[in-house]
Amino acid sequence: MSVTIRRSEQPPWTVLSVGGDLDVVGAPDMRQAVVTAVAEGSRLLVLDLSELDFVDSFGLGAVVGALKRVRQRGGELALVCPSSRIRRVFEICDLDRILALHHSTDTLSELSVAGTDGATSTRRRP
Amino acid sequence: MSDTVEIEIPARADYVSLVRLVVAAAAELAPSLEPSRIDDLRVAVSEATTNAIQAHIRSGSTRPVKVCCRCSNGSVVVTVSDEGPGFDVDALPEMPPPESEARLGRESGMGISIMRALADNSSIDSSSEGTEVRLAFLVGGQVVHG
Repeated sequence: MSVTIRRSEQPPWTVLSVGGDLDVVGAPDMRQAVVTAVAEGSRLLVLDLSELDFVDSFGLGAVVGALKRVRQRGGELALVCPSSRIRRVFEICDLDRILALHHSTDTLSELSVAGTDGATSTRRRP
Repeated sequence: MSDTVEIEIPARADYVSLVRLVVAAAAELAPSLEPSRIDDLRVAVSEATTNAIQAHIRSGSTRPVKVCCRCSNGSVVVTVSDEGPGFDVDALPEMPPPESEARLGRESGMGISIMRALADNSSIDSSSEGTEVRLAFLVGGQVVHG
């Protein structure tokens, strides 16, 4: 299965819902979607991995690239990752230490992020 | 006694998902590993196969990449072999700490760490004639995540 990417807006967040396989074939597509979103002005980005079936180091690399891009614009990246199977791959590489991992997009409304007008930084971990 | 499945694939990235599928299906036929361990197997095999394919692409080799999966009651052992130029297993660059700025500049180089973390036993034999990665998943191995 190849990767699928769907973009939606949950202000102030731009949500990229990523499904399928985030591997050497799928990761470039997600990387491009992130580049496009950031270039169009999205600084607060969510990667919703709820429908993701598979991730390996190439997928992780694309996520690290996304984090780098949004931070360069003074923004932030959050991940929605309810699957322990997918989380485990992030944890092996200690990326859970620098990425906000959420179980659901429901918790996004509780986030306020540095860089938004007058907001404080409260990165909430589930 | 063990069941062996061997496949040869062209050195193309779009064959990695096929290898994952075949190896996971073979492991499921030998009722020895927990489903979560088969998930680990898929990830580790994906890393090894992708590295092998990239080694062939970089060297211009048109030879196939070979994957062998041996399933028994006690283990599933996967061997991925390529005929690429090889690399120095002891000279792999260390990954910067996650919190460092340098870490964000490293979008690759995590695959071998992931393989080693997921497999119960792993080995990499590499020379100028190619690389063989061996990944063993043992029944009753690693703590199951959940």
